[in-house]
Amino acid sequence: MRKSRDDYLTIFFIGIAALYILASLALPMYAILSKSIENKDGLFIGLTNYKYYFSNPSLFYSIYNSLFVSIITTVISVSLSFLFAYALTRSCMAAKPFFRSVAMIPILLPSLLAGIALIYLFGNQGVFKELLMGKSIYGPIGIVIAEVFYTFPHSLLIIITALSIADARLYEAAKVLRASPLRTFFTVTVPSAKYGIMSACFVVFTLVITDFGIPKVIGGQYNVLAIDVYKQVIGQQNFEMGAVVSVVLLVPALLAFIVDRIVQKKQVSILTARSVVYEPKPNKTFDTIMFAYCSLIALLILTVVGMCLYASLIKFWPYNLSLSLKNYQFDLMDGGGWDSYYNSIKMASYTALFGTIIVFTSAYFIEKARSFRGARTMMHLLSMMPMAIPGMVLGLAYIFFFNSLSNPLNFLYGSMAILVICTITHFYTVSHLTALTALKQIDNEFESVSSSLKQPFYKMFFSVTVPISLPAIFEIGIYFFVNAMTTVSAVVFIYGPKTTLASVAVLNMDDAGDIAPAAAMGMMIFYTNAAVRIAYVLITKKVLVRFQKWRYKT
Amino acid sequence: MSEYLKVTNISKSFGKFQALKEASFSVNEGELVCILGPSGCGKTTLLRVIAGLEEQSSGQIIQKGVTISDLPPDQRDFGIVFQSYALFPNLTVKNNITFGLQSRKQDVSTMESRLNELLSLIGLESHKNKFPAQLSGGEQQRVALARALAPSPGLLLLDEPLSALDAKVRQFLRLEIKNLQKKLGVTTIMVTHDQEEALSMADRIILMNKGVIEQIGTPYELYSQPNTSFAADFIGKTNLIQASKISDSKVSMLGKEFECSVPVLQSQVTIAIRPEDIKITQNPNDVNTVQGKIIEIEFLGSYSIGQVEVSFNNQKEKLICHLPIDNNEVSNLTKDAQIYFSLSSNSLKIVT
Repeated sequence: MRKSRDDYLTIFFIGIAALYILASLALPMYAILSKSIENKDGLFIGLTNYKYYFSNPSLFYSIYNSLFVSIITTVISVSLSFLFAYALTRSCMAAKPFFRSVAMIPILLPSLLAGIALIYLFGNQGVFKELLMGKSIYGPIGIVIAEVFYTFPHSLLIIITALSIADARLYEAAKVLRASPLRTFFTVTVPSAKYGIMSACFVVFTLVITDFGIPKVIGGQYNVLAIDVYKQVIGQQNFEMGAVVSVVLLVPALLAFIVDRIVQKKQVSILTARSVVYEPKPNKTFDTIMFAYCSLIALLILTVVGMCLYASLIKFWPYNLSLSLKNYQFDLMDGGGWDSYYNSIKMASYTALFGTIIVFTSAYFIEKARSFRGARTMMHLLSMMPMAIPGMVLGLAYIFFFNSLSNPLNFLYGSMAILVICTITHFYTVSHLTALTALKQIDNEFESVSSSLKQPFYKMFFSVTVPISLPAIFEIGIYFFVNAMTTVSAVVFIYGPKTTLASVAVLNMDDAGDIAPAAAMGMMIFYTNAAVRIAYVLITKKVLVRFQKWRYKT
Repeated sequence: MSEYLKVTNISKSFGKFQALKEASFSVNEGELVCILGPSGCGKTTLLRVIAGLEEQSSGQIIQKGVTISDLPPDQRDFGIVFQSYALFPNLTVKNNITFGLQSRKQDVSTMESRLNELLSLIGLESHKNKFPAQLSGGEQQRVALARALAPSPGLLLLDEPLSALDAKVRQFLRLEIKNLQKKLGVTTIMVTHDQEEALSMADRIILMNKGVIEQIGTPYELYSQPNTSFAADFIGKTNLIQASKISDSKVSMLGKEFECSVPVLQSQVTIAIRPEDIKITQNPNDVNTVQGKIIEIEFLGSYSIGQVEVSFNNQKEKLICHLPIDNNEVSNLTKDAQIYFSLSSNSLKIVT
């Protein structure tokens, strides 16, 4: 068939998107893989680096330690969040919105902050040091507690979704058949949430095994893989070895990702359009127990945040507990001062703006274009890739790719742009899936109608698709912003002297022993993210409703 | 009548699955043609190929003397209404209808008058500032129709336009669409799986099955002279009976000889006979008469449908027939009753 103007535009945009993905994902990943099989002079040496690495006994400790904390954290985090999600979806307890909001707080903080809070709570001069009965918080105990705090909301969101798709008819059937509540739980509830639970396990496992901020702050001498990468690169400037550890780190993340994808595909098939939404009925004992449990979890979360807030506001822990804003005078410390904070705001805003535009338009072409099936499937697969790539690996890959003098994109190195590009890529997949879900809900015939009416697709895109998808577009923007504010792992390798970031400043100040200012900077990130979130809720309530009048019958 | 659209040997494959096999037909100017068939028969694919929304694997389409099969949809001349209507939910009725008018360099007053013309045509003048969600299904359907007709296309394509509506609204809109189409004289192709809809609306029906066009003809032709057992069975109810040839005008079936007014060409044939052509008789010695037992009666108000079982040579064949309600002579029409019925020679159709 002859190509229409729309077809040419589609080719043009898919081409641009393909080039973008090539430069921001495929080529850097290629660079890191090839670096791992080169020597310092850039000559091909096969698997020598790997042989050297695997002959080092300390490596096995790192692998063992990484797996150990990841598995323990996964078990604890998923169990706690399952029970929390169960309370939110299946009980009639009071204050559900409050509990839900509190449970989401960790997402708004840099993960390191949980580590810092633990130092104040259980460290050598900690408030509750005695509770550990002589054991040190620096090490696996601290890592696991902090990682549970950090991963809790991620796991919770997935399990809430899994539990809220419950089909009330199954519960009615169980009741009619006189199954006991316990039997109903194990034969109806657990199986229908099975895929959600598995998915949560994979997400938590991947988050922990690829996280380096928490082990860095509270790990002490306890080495994990992610720390090895950091030490090799930042400590010893041994980039080839850093690349090798990165590839090793990529393996479990990639495996978890693949299994999760397979599981997710199955999840879809158990949903039917005829399902009836389950409505919980009040049960005094059960609701009270659930309320008590959620209060406890909320208290723990608030304690961690409250501890950081308090620590950031006192003069000199633990000797002078009078309040002051001294710790917020960042310009007096290492880490880039207040400029880091402003840089972070700038970076997060650019990431939100450009990330949303790139993700949404690419998802639009992937989902709605009429032809170029092969190219679109390829684009979709590439869009799914970033989820499997640990942030550190991505950051390191960016060094190798963009720092190379032969690369025409070399001028980006050390700029704000590279931080934005890296962060967009790092958080691409979840945003892509959000956009895709929203676009799939839009009638596929809109494009056909538009072309039968001889209108260019972009007219339809701007006057129909975008307005309909506004809620999802805002959601993506917020997601990018919040994560750009808190992220450390990818950007820690590529920030420049003029582009220091708040989240990295937390890390560096903590490293330099300025723990209280680190807590203060972490709290600045939290205030900002919380303010943006609250503003978003107000905007959706007041403003979006006006633009969404067409959704309602009257 | 001049030929408006000519479809020649259109085939379409999705991977190994062949959705359309060598479909050929033509549509005259101003005609309303229904493409009828069960789900999965390829009728929607055929419509989408005509619109250019799917690309044919082979074949050619000529519209008003111009070959269009190589043109993308936005260079073809048609308007389309989808099963889902695909109304833009965030645009008002007015903006939906004028969506296709805006870039055609028409000034505001021409556009306004075209809008009002269309609104009065579909009788929704007072709804022009409402959003689709605020309209009933039938109203949405009419807005979709107006939007498709707004740029005055030469060809109107309707993809199951009524299937999302209640039975009552559907019957009303059937007539309305047909009248509108005649009034505007726009050549129309409509896809439907509902035989009643096709029979009542179409000038001609294209009957499809498994990607192949089974038969093309007026509704009456398709009903009274089905070519194939599929055609006989899909349109209306029918009895299909295996028979063997005795002579050019006689077949043997149901253990008896039957006279047949159409020439019998093969040694084994399938005979189709409509339930309403099976007449109850008191005289067992009439020609084409056979005995059977009523095994089921289904009361339908003005008549009943009976299942009659005919036994012969250790075989049993079930036939469905219409039974009269108010007939004193045969008031013994009850379950298990033995009756005689005749199959008149000109009601026996030979199908392939």
